[in-house]
Amino acid sequence: MKTPSSRRRNTDDRAFRLGTGFFALLVVLLVAGIFIELYRTSHLSLAKFGFRFWTGRTWDPVSGEFGALPFIWGTLYSSMLAMLISTPIALGIAIFLSELSPRRLRTPLAFLTELLAAVPSIVYGLWGVFVLVPIVRKLQVVTPDWLKKVPLFSGPPLGVGMLSAALILAVMVIPFTSSVAREVLKAVPATQREAAYALGATRWEAIQAALRFGRTGIIGAVILGFGRAVGETMAVTMVIGNNPQISASLYAPQYSMSAVIANEFTEAADNLYLSALIEIGLVLFVITVIVNAISRLLIWSVTREVKAKAPKPATTMALAAPTGGGE
Amino acid sequence: MKLARIFLTVAFSTLIALPAISQTTQINGAGATFPYPIYSKWFSEYGKIHPEVEVNYQSIGSGGGIRQLTAQTVFFGASDGPMNDEQLKGAPGPILHFPTVLGAVVPVYNIPGVDAKLKFNGKVLADVILGKITKWNDAALVALNPGVKLPATDIAVAHRSDGSGTTYIFVDYLSKVSPEFKEKVGVNTSVNWPVGVGGKGNEGVAGLVKQTPGAIGYVELIYALQNKIAFGSVQNADGEFITASLDSVTAAATSASKSMPADFRVSITNAPGKSAYPISSFTWMLFYENPTDKQRAKIMVDFTKWALTDGQKYCAELGYAPLPKEVVALEMEALKKIKL
Repeated sequence: MKTPSSRRRNTDDRAFRLGTGFFALLVVLLVAGIFIELYRTSHLSLAKFGFRFWTGRTWDPVSGEFGALPFIWGTLYSSMLAMLISTPIALGIAIFLSELSPRRLRTPLAFLTELLAAVPSIVYGLWGVFVLVPIVRKLQVVTPDWLKKVPLFSGPPLGVGMLSAALILAVMVIPFTSSVAREVLKAVPATQREAAYALGATRWEAIQAALRFGRTGIIGAVILGFGRAVGETMAVTMVIGNNPQISASLYAPQYSMSAVIANEFTEAADNLYLSALIEIGLVLFVITVIVNAISRLLIWSVTREVKAKAPKPATTMALAAPTGGGE
Repeated sequence: MKLARIFLTVAFSTLIALPAISQTTQINGAGATFPYPIYSKWFSEYGKIHPEVEVNYQSIGSGGGIRQLTAQTVFFGASDGPMNDEQLKGAPGPILHFPTVLGAVVPVYNIPGVDAKLKFNGKVLADVILGKITKWNDAALVALNPGVKLPATDIAVAHRSDGSGTTYIFVDYLSKVSPEFKEKVGVNTSVNWPVGVGGKGNEGVAGLVKQTPGAIGYVELIYALQNKIAFGSVQNADGEFITASLDSVTAAATSASKSMPADFRVSITNAPGKSAYPISSFTWMLFYENPTDKQRAKIMVDFTKWALTDGQKYCAELGYAPLPKEVVALEMEALKKIKL
């Protein structure tokens, strides 16, 4: 039965499997390598501060007291706000492009949205500094006094701060979320919509059905955007104000994890200081892992729910959301 | 056939040319970004006189320069702040500091409706940066600037967000003139600022100041001069209000040279002398006292001698204040300490 050629095909198959398996293993090794190296080089700070590093609010290179909480807060707060702003817009774009847009407009519009992702972050940063920040400052100046009493809008009109950072992140994240969401909606089988129309659904109801069908993928798209926002460095540091304080105010200057690393790494001559900066990297890594894990859980729970209701498995596109790939 | 012959010819001629290339000596250095323009000018000018020498300088920051020198991955380092005792102890051998040029930091501000050049003194400047003086029409600022109509605008403090020699010089000065600043903030390339927003680089701080009504910040003198940004004068240790200029910065170094320590690790902020600008500083090159590579050491000593004498003439065009001749004389003597 086994001809020489089929035997050769078998060895080819095995070589192919080994080869690709090796590349897959490389990813695991790389991630493990990053973790080990971060852990190893931040040992001074780990040994000195322990868990206090996560809860400390002081970042003082002079006295050698380092706490990461303001940076963790700044990163998570700015990314969450960016998601709040960008998700509805990105989903709107995705729905329009996949369901409602005239065919002729579809390609150029999709191209333009994806072009936003190709703009280097330093360009976004400069745009932020020269265009967005002055607009935000004007907004702050005209904020009525009674509104300024609300903690969310308190603080002097500086322009730079949390709101500018969140807005710029939102713009940067939109192409990621919208293009993945569009692919997800495209992958929803036509039978879903046809069935909805057959039952007398309106267009909006049919779209709702499609969104419901593709929701795991859409959550994945949002998480992908979140990961992009968490890791973004350059544009954020140019507009966030770089002041390590924990404030709920959208107008207050704050700081983010990746920004403090980028800002202070080159001039950190002291060993403990350098080690603390590397530990910030470790914290960012751990938070990225946690965010990814939560997104997996979320997707898993939604898929299970869908599976229980419908025999057909839901679209699971773009679930592997690589978080923290900013620069 | 023909191709092969061309290939062989090229290969052979490359082989013959190789020894000629390898005769140039490459020397690697790394460190401060502030003196990078003058250093690269020096290396290129020196290379014209001595084509056999090629110096590569990477402006990765003072901290990086010190680390790479300590790890011996570069032959020389450069820093805007002197190495501290702990860092010197961490190095595999004794390290010598050589001042190369001078820099200064100036206060810049943006007060709507005020064009006058403001006067500051150390105490008031420190209180502004500490957030204790919050309005431009504060009594202390008005007293320093009679005749200037200062508005009741809020002061917004802008500082460097990136670790920087500029910050080091500025806070070093403020810590000398204000005990409270020294206790609450202290001296480093990055500090824990009590108030304000951070901008990246001189251009970041200048941008924040320019855009924010009521802002005050600090930038390098060179940056302010090149970009024609107006800046305030600062009262020096002798009570004179001095506007920073190349001359007043060199003057600070001249008066400081009288009490120069043997290792040149000296801060010249708040230096005495009638015409001395108080927020001035040296920037240093760092060499091992007993380098293993004697050939490169000899070249670098020759280069340093040239940079301290002939090389100083390039300072003015690039906006650096040249070293006073007193300091150059001390350094020429100190260069002999390097074991060749």
